[in-house]
Amino acid sequence: MERAAIPPISSVAVCGGTHGNELTGVYIVREMQKQKLEKVGSVSITPVLTNPKALDVGRRYTEMDLNRCFTDALLSSPITESTPYELRRAQELNAQLGPKGSAEAVDLLIDLHNTTANMGLCLIFYSIDWITLHIYKYLQNKMSSIPVRAIQVAVPASDAYSLESVGKHGFAIEVGPQPNGVLRADIFNMVKEAVELTLAWLQEFNSGHTFEGSTVEAYTLVKSVDYPRDPAGKITAAIHQDLQDNDFKLLRSGDPIFLTFSGETLKYEGEDLYPFFVNECAYYEKKIAFHLAQKKTYTFPSISVKKD
Amino acid sequence: MSHGNINNITARLNAARRVAIFGGTHGNEMSGVTLVNLWMQNSAEIQRRGVEIQPFITNPKAVEKCVRYVDTDLNRAFTQENLSVTGGDELPYEVQRAQEINRMFGPKGSADAYDVIFDLHNTTSNMGCTLILESSKDAFNLQMMNYIKKAFAPASCLVLLNEHPLLKYSTSRSVAKHPVGLEVGPQPQGVLRSNIFEAMRVILKHALDFIELFNEGMEFPACSVEVFRVLERMDYPRDANGNIIAMVHPNLQDCDWEPLNPGDPMFQTFDGKSIHYQGPSTVYPTFINEAAYYEKQQAFVTTRRENLLASAIRKA
Repeated sequence: MERAAIPPISSVAVCGGTHGNELTGVYIVREMQKQKLEKVGSVSITPVLTNPKALDVGRRYTEMDLNRCFTDALLSSPITESTPYELRRAQELNAQLGPKGSAEAVDLLIDLHNTTANMGLCLIFYSIDWITLHIYKYLQNKMSSIPVRAIQVAVPASDAYSLESVGKHGFAIEVGPQPNGVLRADIFNMVKEAVELTLAWLQEFNSGHTFEGSTVEAYTLVKSVDYPRDPAGKITAAIHQDLQDNDFKLLRSGDPIFLTFSGETLKYEGEDLYPFFVNECAYYEKKIAFHLAQKKTYTFPSISVKKD
Repeated sequence: MSHGNINNITARLNAARRVAIFGGTHGNEMSGVTLVNLWMQNSAEIQRRGVEIQPFITNPKAVEKCVRYVDTDLNRAFTQENLSVTGGDELPYEVQRAQEINRMFGPKGSADAYDVIFDLHNTTSNMGCTLILESSKDAFNLQMMNYIKKAFAPASCLVLLNEHPLLKYSTSRSVAKHPVGLEVGPQPQGVLRSNIFEAMRVILKHALDFIELFNEGMEFPACSVEVFRVLERMDYPRDANGNIIAMVHPNLQDCDWEPLNPGDPMFQTFDGKSIHYQGPSTVYPTFINEAAYYEKQQAFVTTRRENLLASAIRKA
C-alpha cells in the first residue's frame, strides 16, 4: 500500500457522560476540566460532559438515548417544544464540536463509555479510517493491562447515530465490565492511560513521524440475539454461565447461550460468530441479549502528516 | 417468645405460619424481582407444609422503571414516623408503599405481624452470598442462618449483623418478627446474572426447608454462628463541594470480607496517590463500592468478626 499523507490532528474533543451512569468518562473529563487542560503540545483539547441532565440524575438518559441522536436526519430536524432534551443536546453538541461532515468539525472526537459486559477495552468506529486503525494498533502494542480490541459498525455516515460521528475522525472507547453508577479505579486508570497514549500518538503524528503500515483484526457487527420472552414480553431466561463474561470467545452451533428460569439450556444455532455486549444492562430494553460479529483483518498503509 | 438461658434451656418459640418473600424493594436489583415474579406465576417451588408463603413485589413503580426508587429509598422508609404520618397521595410514593406494606404484613412490632420476611437484594459489591441479621438476640434467625450456612457449604454464605444504633436502618423486612435480608453480589443494577440468580434461589430453598423442619417439631441444638458486625461507615474523600476526589483503591476493590489492616491502601486519587486506612486495628470491610451508596456517603462499611451463641430452639 502507498504511504498516505493525512492533515494534522490539531483539535481533539474528549467526551464523557454521554450516558450519565457510565462514570469513567465523567471523571476523566471532570479531571481534565479541573486541571484546565486545554492544550497538549500541538493538540488543543476540549473536554466535554455531554449529558449533564442524565449525569445529575444518575441515569443513562432522561428522555431518549443521546448516543442515538446523531444521524443526519435527527441533527437537522426542527426543534419544537416537545423535542426531547437529548435531541436538543445533540444539536448543541453538533454546533459546538461539528457540524458533522463539515470542515469546521473537530479533528478527532473520542467518546468514553462503560459497559456491564466483559469486553475489556474496545475502540468502536464506523468507517475504516487510517488514523483510527493506527491509534488502535498503537494502544494494542502499548497497553498490557487489558485486552484492546476494535469493533466496526458498518453504517454509512448519514446513518451514523452516535456522537463520535460528529468529528472528522472519531471513535468511542468502551470499557467493561463496570456496573452503572460505579467508578472502579482499575478501569479509570486504564482509560486514563488510553487517552494519554492517544494524545501522545497525536503529538508524534503531528510532528512528522511516519507510522509504519500493518494489519489488525477487528470485529464487525453481523446481528443481535434477544432474550427468549413470554407472550407478555417478559424475559424467561438468563444468559447461560458458559456465555456470561465470555465476550469475543467464538460461539458455535450447539453452545449454550441461555438458561431458562425453569432450568432448560437453550443452545445457539448458526454460523460461528463472536459474541460481544453480552448482558449489557442498557440493551434489555433494546431487545439485545448479545451482539454477534465476524472477525476481519484490515490492512492499513504507512501514514505521516501532510505538510502544506 | 422466650429467650432461654443459652447454655441449658431450649427456647420454645411459636411456629412460623406466615412468611413473605419480598422482591423489588430496589427496583433495579434483578434477582429478587425475577424470582418473585416467577413465584407469583408459579409458587410450587416455594411451598412448604404448615406455612403460608407469600411472594410480593414491594416497589412496583421502581421495578417498572428499573430504578432503585422513585421518590425515596423504600428500604429506609419504615421508620415509626413514616408509618404513622398522614397525607395520603401527597406523601412520597415509597412512604405510601411503606404504610401499605405495614398494613399487609405488620403492623411492625405487633403480635399480628408476619413471622418471617425474606427481602431479596443485589449489590454491585463483591460480597458473594450474604445474610443480613438485624438483632444478635434473635435465636430463630441465628439458627436459620446456621442451617443455611451448613446446607450451602462448601459454598460460602456469610452473615452481616447490623445492630449499630446509628447505622441501623428501617428496612422493608423490619415489619416482620424475624426479618432476614438476602444480599447477593456482585451484580450490576439492571442486570440479571444466571449464577447470582441461581445462588439466591438455593439459599431461599434452604431457608424455607429450615422453617418447615422447625414447624414440624425438629429441635435445633445450641450453636455458635460467625457474624460480621457493622462498625463504621467510611465515605469517599470529598472536596469542599462534596465531589469525590478519590476512588476505592485497586487493592481494596472486590476484597469484601478480607482483612483491612492499619496502613493498607484504601483510596486512590485521580492522579494515582494512595490514601491509607488509619484505624487502630484490623477490620473486615464490606459493601465495597456499592453503586447506590455514593449518594449515602458510603464507600464501604467496616465490620469485626464475632461469634454469636444461639440457644437451642424448638417449636412451642
